Amino acid sequence: MKRVFQDVVGGFKSLLTGMRITLQQFFKKDVTVRYPHESLKMAKRYRGHVVLVNDPETGKSLCVACKSCEKACPSDCIVVEGLKREGEKKKSVTDFQLDFTRCSLCGSCVEVCPSDALEFSKDYNLASTSKEQFVRIDLVRRADEGKKPETGEGQA
Amino acid sequence: MLLEKVQTADAAAGAPHETFVLNLGPQHPATHGVLRVKLTMDGEFILRAEPVPGYIHRMHEKMGENRNWSQFLPNTSRIDYLSAMTYTHAFVLLVERAAGLEVPPRAEYLRVITSELNRISSHLVWFGAFLLDLGGFTPLLYAFDDREKILDLLESVTGSRLTYCYYRFGGLCNDVDEAFLSGTRDFVAYMRPRLDMYRQLVTDNIILRKRLEGIGKVDGEMCRRYGATGPVIRGAGVPNDVRRVEPYSIYPELDFRVPVYPEGDCMARYLVRMDEMEQSLRMVEQAIAKLPEGPVLGKVPRMIKLPAGDYYCAVEAARGRFAIRAVSDGKEIPYRLKLRTPSFCNLSLFEEASRGMMLPDALALMGSLDLVIPDIDR
Amino acid sequence: MTLPEPFRLLAYLAGVMAFVGLNAAYLVWVERKGAARFQRRPGPTEVGPAGLLQPLADAAKLLSKQLLVPPDADRTLFRLAPVMVMAPALMCLATIPFGQALGARSLDLGLVMVFAFGSINVMAIMLGGWASRNKYAIISAARIVSQNVAYEIPMMLVVITLLMVTGTTNLQEIVEGQAGGFWRWNVFDLVANPLMPVTFVIYFICMLAETNRAPFDMAEAESELVAGAFTEYAGMGFGVFFMAEYANILVGCSLGAILFLGGWQSPFGVFSGVGWFLLKLYALVFTVVWVRWTFPRTQFYGLLNLSWKILIPVSLGILVLTSVMLKLF
Repeated sequence: MKRVFQDVVGGFKSLLTGMRITLQQFFKKDVTVRYPHESLKMAKRYRGHVVLVNDPETGKSLCVACKSCEKACPSDCIVVEGLKREGEKKKSVTDFQLDFTRCSLCGSCVEVCPSDALEFSKDYNLASTSKEQFVRIDLVRRADEGKKPETGEGQA
Repeated sequence: MLLEKVQTADAAAGAPHETFVLNLGPQHPATHGVLRVKLTMDGEFILRAEPVPGYIHRMHEKMGENRNWSQFLPNTSRIDYLSAMTYTHAFVLLVERAAGLEVPPRAEYLRVITSELNRISSHLVWFGAFLLDLGGFTPLLYAFDDREKILDLLESVTGSRLTYCYYRFGGLCNDVDEAFLSGTRDFVAYMRPRLDMYRQLVTDNIILRKRLEGIGKVDGEMCRRYGATGPVIRGAGVPNDVRRVEPYSIYPELDFRVPVYPEGDCMARYLVRMDEMEQSLRMVEQAIAKLPEGPVLGKVPRMIKLPAGDYYCAVEAARGRFAIRAVSDGKEIPYRLKLRTPSFCNLSLFEEASRGMMLPDALALMGSLDLVIPDIDR
Repeated sequence: MTLPEPFRLLAYLAGVMAFVGLNAAYLVWVERKGAARFQRRPGPTEVGPAGLLQPLADAAKLLSKQLLVPPDADRTLFRLAPVMVMAPALMCLATIPFGQALGARSLDLGLVMVFAFGSINVMAIMLGGWASRNKYAIISAARIVSQNVAYEIPMMLVVITLLMVTGTTNLQEIVEGQAGGFWRWNVFDLVANPLMPVTFVIYFICMLAETNRAPFDMAEAESELVAGAFTEYAGMGFGVFFMAEYANILVGCSLGAILFLGGWQSPFGVFSGVGWFLLKLYALVFTVVWVRWTFPRTQFYGLLNLSWKILIPVSLGILVLTSVMLKLF
């Protein structure tokens, strides 16, 4: 009998404690970000999809078409083609296709790249209504167009 | 048991005895993913529960046989996406031991810091989801608020919020900065009062206690039979923690307690996890205090090849013992990779333990096992 | 000005329906905003200022959806259940006095009528679950019946205790009996019964159980039974169940305010009016929301244990105590 009484009174007190805690939270500030209206800046090391980097001086791609990334990629989603032009010491890239539908954003390609020609983009709103947009992303053209959305705002 | 009482009363009243099959899942709010459980029910009592896994099977083991050792690294984060760090840890540990690679001490400390942070974040997801199974919605959002802070910290280091892939053979892929260390210290200070708040709001709550105490009894013997590990076996009174019994990394240098509760019910498993968060905080604190300077990546050959042989390595993941067994034939691609995932073994005792339980209790039991469905199916 | 009787009735019918409709719609908004605040997020913000038009958007969405009836379901009962769950709530509100002269009907047996109609709600949800021919819905139907049988009893015992204090079942007169300051409210009527606040708590718990609100929402239990009895309902069929839940909360809280907190009486004895009633009503509604977003759900036999082993003995004890006290003082 005494145990039941203690159970009821103690239990009721625990319920009141719980209600006190939620009421305290009620008057605190929101913790959420109102996403479409405001968005967070992506971390410096954020791993988005990869992009090719052009040499800021010459405007040409740093990629030497060594195909290390192609070999390192666990999902076979990179295809690189390059050729050696006359009068140049290194090979240069002619085609760099990324199949983003298979990419798992692991970053192996960026790590193995000997010429630092790859980096992560900060895009995270990678959404589209058609699959074709992601099957063959031409990174050479993307780099030449100077599309470098690193503002941390989410536009694809 | 309640079921037997009800059945005897039914039989005495001459009621016709009929059972029905309830298909719980593959899409059901309580299975948190695509697990299907075929329940043979007598009223609200479960006579037989038959888990049907395989809806999210992704062939991780087969993938391992088709790519070289380092290409499998990103996969390890995706087996159990909630404790990606510990799973990667198991794999790099296996390769390091087999190939005899040196790991710089700073890397070891950072592995423990990130692994334990990951363990806390995983337990926070479990905490929220478990309460959701029990019908309490608000703790989930509080837990996710805290988890967000961990994810922000880990993202600033690894660049990813869930599938970190941070460890490399022989170290880490990049070093942490001062902001991460001070952020982690702040987090530890912030998290302690939060855990106290969870205790007051949830653990002490009479409704929760009534729902969990004495429900879903699992004893140590049953855990051994099914190979259940982690908080499930520690909640059944067996102090089995890989960090203690098969020490790896720098865990022997840290002072921590392995929480054990002898009751074996849902409440015991709940309390084990809540205590583990506290212990993980302690470990993070100690590891940061002792963190040595130095490189984070040792000398590693460009292409890893393991000498032919059979290797095995286990770690304590958030859900229990995660082990990899690898057979190498000396080539750059593994001959066989076997993943021993804790959720699979923990699920297998569900059939026996849930017999005769009522549906909500069985779901509480399932929640207390902390299943991650991709971890079951791999 | 007094209208002729038929017009008066029509006016009240329209008034009550508008009140229930508006409240059911906006209590959903209150619930969502309240839940959001308890969980430290903003809640609905996009439709209208502070999301105030969200209920309209929801209603438009639900109305435009196809009304599906499962092929094996009992069509008549399946369609009838949402109507049957909404109608009693409307009927109950007809006897609730909002102010001194603001109430559809002042019945002498008002309280009895509220409880008579209140019980139909249970049957309607059970019928809905039964007619759906869905295993989850049938489990839910079975649960709701045993739950409500268990909770009608302590609720009735509490109400009988109160009737002994007030001496009338006319809600209007019950409120008038509590005039003149908050110490005259039934909840503080410690002379009649020193355990009156406990009685109020029991009433509140039973009301939560009767309206299937968390932590007693076993019938809906979304993590166990998907959506319980409402699993098969689509579009406005579900919408009506949803609104009825809030309408029933409204009835329960109004009754709580009238029986225990003095209805429209002001706590200081002056400036009584409909405003006080609404204030008390919405304070109780807020508490209902608050409770829902704080606690986990109870287990089914836990609920029955609570009712049969604690609430019923305690309320019986209170009943006996009250009769002794009334005889002595």
